[in-house]
Amino acid sequence: MEDTVKREISAKRDKSFKSIFFRWETLLVLMFVAVNIMNICISKNYLNGNNLFTAICTFIPKGLIAFPMAYLLVLGEIDLSVGSTVALSATTMAVLFNRGVPLETCVALCLIVATACGMLNGLILISFPELFPMIVTLGTQTLYRGIAEMILEDESAGKLHLVQWFYDIYYKKLGPIPICFIVFCVMAVIFGLVLHKTVFGRQLYAAGSNREAARYSGVPVKRNRFICYTLVGLVSGISALFYASWMGSIRSDIAAGYELEAVSMVVLGGISTAGGTGNFPGTVIAIFTIGLLKYGLGLINVNSQTILMIIGAILILVVMAPNIKNMIKARMAVKAQKAEQ
Amino acid sequence: MNKKGILKKIRNSREISLFIVLVILCLFIQSRNNTFFTGKTIADLFKNYATTITMALGMMSVLLIGGIDISVGATLGFAGMASSLFMRDGVYSSTFVMFLVSTVIGVLCGMIVGLIIAKAKVQPIIATLGMSNIYRGATYIISDGAWVSAYQFQSGFKSFAQSNFLTGGLLNNLVFIALVLYIIFFFVMKWTTFGRRIYAVGSNPEAAEVSGINISGVKFWVYTMAGAIAGLTGAMYTSLYASAMNDMGTGMEMDAIASCVLGGVSLSGGQGSVIGVFLGAVTMSVICKALPLIGISQFWKQAIKGAIILIAIIINVLVQRGMNRNALKAREI
Amino acid sequence: MKKVLAILLSAAMILSLAACGGGTTVQSAESAAAETPVTEAAKEEAAPAAAEEAAPAAEAPAKESKGVYAIITKSAGNPYNEREASGFEAAITGAGYEAIIKHPAEITAEAQITLINELVAQGIDGIAIAANDFDALETSLKAAMDAGIHCICLDSSCNPASREVFINQAGVKEVGQCLVDATYDLTGGEGQWAILSATSVATNQNAWIDAMKEILKDDKYSKMELVEVAYGDDEQQKSVDETKALLQNYPDLKLINAPTTVGIAAASKVIQDEGLCGKVIVTGLGLPSEMAEFMEGENPACPYMFLWNPIDVGAVAGYTLMAMVNDGFDGGQVGASFTAADGKTYTVSQADDGGTQIIVGPPFKFDSSNIADWKTVY
Repeated sequence: MEDTVKREISAKRDKSFKSIFFRWETLLVLMFVAVNIMNICISKNYLNGNNLFTAICTFIPKGLIAFPMAYLLVLGEIDLSVGSTVALSATTMAVLFNRGVPLETCVALCLIVATACGMLNGLILISFPELFPMIVTLGTQTLYRGIAEMILEDESAGKLHLVQWFYDIYYKKLGPIPICFIVFCVMAVIFGLVLHKTVFGRQLYAAGSNREAARYSGVPVKRNRFICYTLVGLVSGISALFYASWMGSIRSDIAAGYELEAVSMVVLGGISTAGGTGNFPGTVIAIFTIGLLKYGLGLINVNSQTILMIIGAILILVVMAPNIKNMIKARMAVKAQKAEQ
Repeated sequence: MNKKGILKKIRNSREISLFIVLVILCLFIQSRNNTFFTGKTIADLFKNYATTITMALGMMSVLLIGGIDISVGATLGFAGMASSLFMRDGVYSSTFVMFLVSTVIGVLCGMIVGLIIAKAKVQPIIATLGMSNIYRGATYIISDGAWVSAYQFQSGFKSFAQSNFLTGGLLNNLVFIALVLYIIFFFVMKWTTFGRRIYAVGSNPEAAEVSGINISGVKFWVYTMAGAIAGLTGAMYTSLYASAMNDMGTGMEMDAIASCVLGGVSLSGGQGSVIGVFLGAVTMSVICKALPLIGISQFWKQAIKGAIILIAIIINVLVQRGMNRNALKAREI
Repeated sequence: MKKVLAILLSAAMILSLAACGGGTTVQSAESAAAETPVTEAAKEEAAPAAAEEAAPAAEAPAKESKGVYAIITKSAGNPYNEREASGFEAAITGAGYEAIIKHPAEITAEAQITLINELVAQGIDGIAIAANDFDALETSLKAAMDAGIHCICLDSSCNPASREVFINQAGVKEVGQCLVDATYDLTGGEGQWAILSATSVATNQNAWIDAMKEILKDDKYSKMELVEVAYGDDEQQKSVDETKALLQNYPDLKLINAPTTVGIAAASKVIQDEGLCGKVIVTGLGLPSEMAEFMEGENPACPYMFLWNPIDVGAVAGYTLMAMVNDGFDGGQVGASFTAADGKTYTVSQADDGGTQIIVGPPFKFDSSNIADWKTVY
């Protein structure tokens, strides 16, 4: 008896889930294809495997952060401190390495510092539920960046490329495919599965659509919020590793503005900032669509400000498209009704 | 009747708790640098931050309806640059016209944002993020990467921000503009239908709709208002620094949001007062102004700023909790 | 029905975007060209040339023939960078080749690396870059050089391993010496003074400040006391606050030395508005157009300041790249030289960081006598 009820509920969910998937994701996939076709048409240099992977790798550090950010947005929250977390953890790693600490230890510390940054955000927010994530993380954004500045002052730290295995994190390739791209894909799959196939993921949706209701029905909202912020910190640390391996040298002003780019990719992927809606594959497609569009426009030397404008317009147009479609539909329905009468 | 009195008390407590935070902050700064509490430092503070303080008003009305506007910084840049280019090219030379043109451009920018959010139902954060990109890009394109330099402005416009003739010598002109706007907003928010509608839409959109309020209309006008204020601050900004740059106003939206939230405006809408926003904006300005004065290393400033913001919002919450508890106790008795 | 509509909408959107993207490219190339040269005559020459090649540039960027050169500046929307790019473009198009101008969206190495990758994919002949980070560009610039692209730095250098030669606008030591001498001269060799810089990680400013500190160790300057290095982050609001704090914290301050465009203008504005002209003197490095207001008249806030001509810096970078590609000029060889189209001969010298450099010229002094002529140029 219990079994059948459960199955029914899950089947129902799957159905509604599917319909969302079809509406939003088809649009995104179409856009992704359209961007690629456009790129192939406007530049002969676009379809070059080597260069294409080089270009894709440049948006991997940013893109990674969008994964846990998607979790936060599903919860109806936001973290504006990720860019500063990347800067602080990378700074810690580079400075310690220059002081003679073995790089393995530095890497571990980088991840620990980043995770601690995320935990601090989470801790403040669950201890003071009256506070809004946006203002708290705006504060820690300044704080973390400030600590990075305190550590590095006006210097840059680095020479990280002297260690071959660290250099390989970003640049090593398996055949034609860079390892960081593989890591990115694996992480995407894991994050997607956790969000859509586990109890934890379901709980995030529940808490995102109605926090009070979720709490009364036994969802550990506090714990989940804390886990999500910690996760954002940890992934920022991984992003910092990729960034450091990419650049080889670190300054305190790196990764500024990652937070809003990550948020816009997630929203473009169909997850609303209001929480409780959207799903993960959209985020991944959005990351690639935006990244490749930027690359394609760069290949024909459109100036960077115009590219920014185009990206801004696309953000709005894509989010607007379904609404306008609904408006037209509603109007047509009204007309049809009138015609019948 | 009694219930109303208590509610009023709680609402007032928000401002009081923030005022306490502000006083603690000022005393701390004064203990580090005894030139802080002088007329000149305070006047400098208000003059240099009149733009940010004014901008917080526009942001407040947006936050009150449960929205957010990240494009105000870019609107400031675009309106300020466009109106400066007109002045450079001799289209007009009057300071008043310059302020008017900048405000009108801001209104247009705000209307576009308002249309996208109210009519096309795009989430505010995405709509304004996108429009921010577009306005900033447009600023680069219209100016062709150039700046409008001090010598290209009319001298009357440049001296406007440095003089105080509007009040007959009492207050700096820019501070006066900010003050007037705060007074207007105070009355509009408290005693006009439009003001009450803003609160209604923010605290419960469904109820507001049922009671006959045109929600998308209110949204549209609120974003337009935010744009208008951003446009006005564009002229204030260029007048103050006698220079129009492409990247001016970058990041100011975050300062404005922080001011509002510090001042007790709820990000989920419906809650917040003009006095609170004023106190919040002043607190943020005091933090920025005081950092170079308290004698710490240049490289520590940003970390200290972040720490102060965090401590301020946490103290604010703690004070409020204490006050609420006392209010409850009083009611039980 | 739903799907068909969705398809139509997204297709229309992409098409319109593609159209407006293409449109703006040509437009911006034209407008950049129109702003390019200093004189009216040169303007007429360059504009049609640039307009002609902007169209094919959009259609077929992969040119096999020699002759596509790119410049990557530090950031967009700064007149200094715009002038540098226009000088480069005028030099390249003047020789009948094609110039690509790229301004990164942010002042970061990351944004510049993206641009380098795009240029490598297009298979061009030479890149001149004003580096935002000394070390971080190494891997991408090396990859570009491996792909057969000549890479040089201008204005702000990257490390010697990632460049062939550095087009130095004026030697770091020379700039430092100029600034210290100006301070010595204007303060009468004694008293308190402060530096107002850009951001704490700005590469050029930090190099100059380090050079200044080194020079100050000389006994000659022992009576001058450098009280603080403040950072205005190239933002007006913060620069004004920092300047006022300097005046408040050091009542005996005699001079503010600001080796950055926004900083020097903001400091001068404060001094002028406070009526402190003559009491506290401002000097440093600044754009003549921004500073004209504060250098003219009886008792100016800033009696004199220095800069070089960014148009020349860009042009020399262009000449050097062309000499490398066409005449086999070796920028890594100290003592090697070439004669450019402007008739001047440029010689490679040893740089302080172990690499090589070409110095364009000494810093130019702007004062009340010449500022009126220069304020309309850049």
